[in-house]
Amino acid sequence: MPITAEPRHLDARYDVTVVGAGPAGLAAAIAARDQGAERILLVDRDAEPGGILRQCIHSGFGLHAFSEDVTGPEYAHRYVERVLERDLDVLTDAYVTDVTREHRVKLMSPTTGVTTVDTGAVVIGTGARERTRAQITIPGERPAGVMTAGLAQKLVNLHGYLPGSRVVILGSGDIGLIMARRLTLEGAEVLGVFELLPHANGLSRNVVQCLDDYDIPLHLSTTVIDIHGHERVERVTVAPVDEDLQPIPDRSRDIDCDTVLLSVGLIPDAELARQLQLSLDQRTGGPVVTSTYETSLPGVFSAGNNLHINDLADWVSQEATVAGAAAADVALGRTRARQDIAVTPGTNVRYVVPHTLSTDLTQTVSFRVKQPIYGDTIVRIGEAHRRKVRAVVPAEMVTITLGPRLLAAYAGETLRVDAVPAEQAEDAGTDGATDRDGAG
Amino acid sequence: MAEHTDRSTAAPQGEVETFTYLCTGCPLGCRLEVDAVDDDVIEVRGFTCKKGERYGIQEHTDPRRAVSTTVWLGSGPMARLPVRAAEHVPKDEVMAFVQALRGYLVEAPVTCGDIVAEDVAGTGIDLVATRSVAAADDLTVVI
Amino acid sequence: MDQGHVHDVVIIGGGATGANLARALSRFDLDVVLLEASAEVAFGVSKANSGIVHSAMHASPDTLKGRLEYPGNLGWRTLHEELGFGLNPVGEVLVALDDAQLAKIETIRQQGVRKGIPGTEAWTAERTLDAQPNLSREVKGAVWAPTACVFNPYEAVMMVADAARRNGVRIELEQPVVAIDPPDPEASDAPLVLHTPTETWRARFVVNAAGLYADDMAELAGVRDFTITPRKGEEYLLDKRLAGVVTSIIFPCPSPVSKGTLVNPTVDGTIMVGPTAQTVDDKRDTTTTDAGAAQVFDNARTLVPVISERDVIAEFAGLRPVSDTEDFIIGPTERPGFLNAAGIQSPGLTGAPAIADMLVDILADEGLALVEKAHWDPTAPHPVRFARLSTEQQRALAERDPRYAQLVCRCEIVTEAEIRDALARGARTLDGLKFRTRAGMGRCQGGFCTWPCMQLLAEHLDVPVTEVTKRGRGSWLVRDREDQPVATASTGG
Repeated sequence: MPITAEPRHLDARYDVTVVGAGPAGLAAAIAARDQGAERILLVDRDAEPGGILRQCIHSGFGLHAFSEDVTGPEYAHRYVERVLERDLDVLTDAYVTDVTREHRVKLMSPTTGVTTVDTGAVVIGTGARERTRAQITIPGERPAGVMTAGLAQKLVNLHGYLPGSRVVILGSGDIGLIMARRLTLEGAEVLGVFELLPHANGLSRNVVQCLDDYDIPLHLSTTVIDIHGHERVERVTVAPVDEDLQPIPDRSRDIDCDTVLLSVGLIPDAELARQLQLSLDQRTGGPVVTSTYETSLPGVFSAGNNLHINDLADWVSQEATVAGAAAADVALGRTRARQDIAVTPGTNVRYVVPHTLSTDLTQTVSFRVKQPIYGDTIVRIGEAHRRKVRAVVPAEMVTITLGPRLLAAYAGETLRVDAVPAEQAEDAGTDGATDRDGAG
Repeated sequence: MAEHTDRSTAAPQGEVETFTYLCTGCPLGCRLEVDAVDDDVIEVRGFTCKKGERYGIQEHTDPRRAVSTTVWLGSGPMARLPVRAAEHVPKDEVMAFVQALRGYLVEAPVTCGDIVAEDVAGTGIDLVATRSVAAADDLTVVI
Repeated sequence: MDQGHVHDVVIIGGGATGANLARALSRFDLDVVLLEASAEVAFGVSKANSGIVHSAMHASPDTLKGRLEYPGNLGWRTLHEELGFGLNPVGEVLVALDDAQLAKIETIRQQGVRKGIPGTEAWTAERTLDAQPNLSREVKGAVWAPTACVFNPYEAVMMVADAARRNGVRIELEQPVVAIDPPDPEASDAPLVLHTPTETWRARFVVNAAGLYADDMAELAGVRDFTITPRKGEEYLLDKRLAGVVTSIIFPCPSPVSKGTLVNPTVDGTIMVGPTAQTVDDKRDTTTTDAGAAQVFDNARTLVPVISERDVIAEFAGLRPVSDTEDFIIGPTERPGFLNAAGIQSPGLTGAPAIADMLVDILADEGLALVEKAHWDPTAPHPVRFARLSTEQQRALAERDPRYAQLVCRCEIVTEAEIRDALARGARTLDGLKFRTRAGMGRCQGGFCTWPCMQLLAEHLDVPVTEVTKRGRGSWLVRDREDQPVATASTGG
């Protein structure tokens, strides 16, 4: 379905402005309209909406959103169709450089120039950026041929170039695993995936279907300790690591290669959040939010990977749908939900989003564990919720939906979220206060 | 992680062999052991749910994979058009399926869901575009 | 090219020294060529250092480098006004952590006073912490020197070279000098003949400003009487989040061998910490090391405790060309017409404009006729830094040219118009664009802008994207797929 890339005109005032037209922004814009907001502006820095989904050509999307397994571009297509049906203002090739605390959005695009719009509410859907070489400090030379897996994915899937011929992948994040398969299918040789930790960071489905299927070795507890090559990568040195994750140089070896792809994690793109001086959660790297994903600055919402790194686009869309609807409510002057319960990470929980819950809403709690538990695991949210799951791993987010009926008794309290082996949960009794590693 | 026993060295007919697979159904990652005589599964062990048992049988008798890749795009905002196999492709034929698309060119306009090639590499499986692209002279962006 | 043509001056090396000499000579009616071995100027020693125009109080007036330091400092300020590269006179705070250091830094200040450095002050601990509240509480006092500046050395050198080009100097890239013909005993006034892999160059005068390779060039000319040893300095750039943690260059009290680890508010707002000072064997060893990082951060934290490895967004290492005299080697050699400008280590970058003036005087003494051009333009249009403009200025620019509203680098807010301007000023590699515009220098380190920059480079250079490089020959970025499109379906059915 065709759309014009530009709005017919840019209004001076919008009810809701959505920054970023990836899975979060698309869903937020749709929800804002469906909640009754009339004037909605959706801004994206790329030439067309869809965000990172455009280059994620693999399947595995939509199992929750559509009960169907679709590819990234198809997932985007379905949401963009819904945006078009609603006739929203979509401004592409545009970048939001600033949002003031008074909700004045400064943006630039070749068709509108440098301009500002006032808006009743803002939804930040700016996604994530990849960790780079500097953040994991690999010493050595700085030749061409070291790049993030996501940049390689863009070059291969959109532009039709290969990042190199002989590729080493550092980190077993899902993008790295998926790129190992993509590069193999497209004619490059992937020499191995090296993971510092003793377990893969990506989904086990991707380990089997992207590595094992193609006989690509996964080296756990091993890392790249040096990169060689003056102009272009020529070689890397890899070494196993000890229990403290320190490399053992005596057992190092060199691998001839021309490319190093980094798949060492994503970081919420919290640039706007920082400019707006929103309260940030050190654990997620994103803003602190209520159960409708409103940040510490009223009328500014955050959903998707700029809030916390989600494992599935489906959860991003779900979050953004709540945020978009709530943004419309704020813009239209409706009453906010009470935020009368605090949530905090407890035993074996790295972070929890959102940071407060409401006794008058149905809402979703998302969290990630610190350590994997392979076996029956008790997941509990204070006394309000307790559930047995078959396993928990850091690579997969846990999401739990809670209704007002469950929460009514806990107004004013702080609920701790724990994920513990089933047998320990029984030992710990019901007070939930036997945490050893605390909330940090 | 998973050690796929090499099928080509299968034992003489009639002898029971054990194959191992890593279940991908959930994070638990159960290590499945499948006792089989060739493709006739006798027993699956190591699963902890019904889904796991079914996965073990499927993975042993007829492993298939969702295949997505890209082909050349004649004109448009990017050089490559994302595509996928209309149905899951037998695991052994995935490489041939993708290699058959080397050099394959699709001209815009394309609509998401269009079949852009039929019966790729003799698999009987068609190729489907996973995004839309407007004609080159159309000034609108197509999603 | 006319192989028989004799140039007045050939400069070997497009670093700070060579570029400044080229510009200084461009005001005279001369035929000057600058030969640079790399893909762009400023890609060697000048690229990777602390980026400081020194206060000029540190080096002893008994040395050549001590004498050229302050005139160089003034020279860069003038160039900044004429050409508009980033330079910020933030001043230096030289910190003492004990009484012995207090005495030492006062000696340095007195040396500065004797050299005529204006404005230095001896600060109490209280005054120091008042000015720089994030310094360690252990501070016993400091010396303030307002003459120190931070600047982007690569940007400055690139713009100085471009100013020389605008005034008629030929800049020839990827022209490493591989041979120099021996003197012709029959004709003592015959020109010097230099060979690069693809060309032959003849010149009445040759200035050896080849940085790390100056000893090799002297060897080729048959007059090598010194050795250049690379001394490596590792530097670490921190996230913009820390902008403002210090507002002047923070120096520790120097040891006999080194100025120590600095904490430095760069022109672009990021904080830089470094350098190390390690003698190495390999003139191409620009590796960073775990040991170097540990040393830098341990040292930096003694001055500014909040600094942490966790905030690193980029790291690099550079080499200083240290001569065996430990001083600059500037002047004529036994080979008529062949001059050295070698061993230009710290504060060589600071001294470069003064070194250039000194070389011009020496060339005149050696017989080069200097006739000023009727039309010499010392200025150049200042580059636009969109991100630093007010909204009103940005709006006006975007109205004039919509490419000022097309973002290319989102971390540093660099627009397509700025990229195109850098291309017009001579950028021809991805690093060349980065150093001129900051595209790719931010926290995502090029994840977003690498592709559009590659496309714009390919378009400007009129080459396929596969021939775009990071920093010249061999540093390719992408490969073609093995298959190219064929018009007909090659699939079954």
